[in-house]
Amino acid sequence: MKYVDEFREPEKAKALLHEIEKLCQKLAQPIKIMEVCGGHTHSIFKYGIEEILPDVVELIHGPGCPVCVMPRGRLDDAIAIAQNPNVILTTFGDTMRVPGSKTNLLEARAKGADIRMVYSPLDSLQIVKENPNKEVVFFALGFETTAPSTALTILQAAADNIHNFSMFCNHVLVIPALKALLNNPDLQLDGFIGPGHVSTIIGTEPYQFIAQQYHKPIVISGFEPLDIFQSIWMLLQQLVENRCEVENQYNRLVEKTGNHVALAAINKVFAVRENFEWRGLGDIPNSGLKIRPEYAQFDAECKFTLPNLKVADHKACQCGEILKGVLKPWQCKVFGTACTPETPIGTCMVSSEGACAAYYKYGRFSKVVQKTMPEKAKVKV
Amino acid sequence: MCLGIPGQIIEITDVQKKLAIVNIGGVKRQINIACIVDEQHPTESCVGDWVLVHVGFALNRINEQEAAETLQLLQELIK
Ligand code: SF4
Repeated sequence: MKYVDEFREPEKAKALLHEIEKLCQKLAQPIKIMEVCGGHTHSIFKYGIEEILPDVVELIHGPGCPVCVMPRGRLDDAIAIAQNPNVILTTFGDTMRVPGSKTNLLEARAKGADIRMVYSPLDSLQIVKENPNKEVVFFALGFETTAPSTALTILQAAADNIHNFSMFCNHVLVIPALKALLNNPDLQLDGFIGPGHVSTIIGTEPYQFIAQQYHKPIVISGFEPLDIFQSIWMLLQQLVENRCEVENQYNRLVEKTGNHVALAAINKVFAVRENFEWRGLGDIPNSGLKIRPEYAQFDAECKFTLPNLKVADHKACQCGEILKGVLKPWQCKVFGTACTPETPIGTCMVSSEGACAAYYKYGRFSKVVQKTMPEKAKVKV
Repeated sequence: MCLGIPGQIIEITDVQKKLAIVNIGGVKRQINIACIVDEQHPTESCVGDWVLVHVGFALNRINEQEAAETLQLLQELIK
């Protein structure tokens, strides 16, 4: 496939790895790099990238999986909406297994709630037409990558004068989350692999504070193996040369100022929430989006009375430490035993972009695990 | 969640709603291209463009020249 296969070529990967190894010899000490985006975490495991990197480069898997950061209380709200007999809840497939405080959407559906997985938020508008007597609610989540699609869906519903459609908005923003991470004293990072697809929308400018205030390098990266290798190579060059800049490896898709049309749609429909709770990370100021009052007729939070409760994370769950990069998945007591992709306790085990699920699926016996896992625990997994 | 996949626009199906058919590795699918349409790129002119598809929308246009330059740079590393 064009623009995919060329970025997987083994010869070029080898050449890049060779350059990476050369630079690693110039490092004074081992380094930690965080890939912010869950899409990167997925690629890194799928292609075994962590395995073949020199030992001095450690990858930390950050909070950039919107499914993994959805708090239990918001899931409970979505389930409460779906349990309404007059409602059809539409959602991306990724959300079905995310645990709420008591149940998940999959179980709610088995018990009779009308919950339908859709490929695109726009598919909800088709369901609206086929079910004029029902209220169709789209469970919206995702970063800036996904927000334009939901904003445009609301604008389309407004243009079509639709009355039985609304959205339960749980969009989150990358920049406030990065700020919260960088302000965490536990975190020790040398640089970031920046989220490529979020950046097609927001551009590279919003990351300047990372270089200027926190003096860390960041390279916005694509998702194919060559993209990730090249980004690590670019980060290493910055570190060896003592630079910290915002660089763009993914320039075939990312421009400095982002996608103006998409940003305008987001701003037209959504406003920033003062606070939004992230699973494991707690409240982060200005980190979520809500539907503007002008579009209140499409806001499920205005149309329904919701439990709207804050629910603490499961006692055993250490997703927060995983998302901050403070712990590795196998260091969580329930990893691979009580918590598996079939019966996830925490959300990092739900989505293939979550660090725990990625380790469970691809990495359990990897060199990275073997290196850091205590002897006794190795047998258990 | 943020997955995107490259596809080429082969036909505009609804100018007003900005809908188009893309070919994604041989599979044809209708998507919304509103995010890549502006004064410089009216809807009708988008046929042939490569875009990144995410949840039924074109997220952005792929800059073919930048892609070629990245690959050229990596090619030079091999020598
Ligand atoms: S293993 Fe399960 S409970 Fe533990 S941190 Fe990972 S997702 Fe959370």
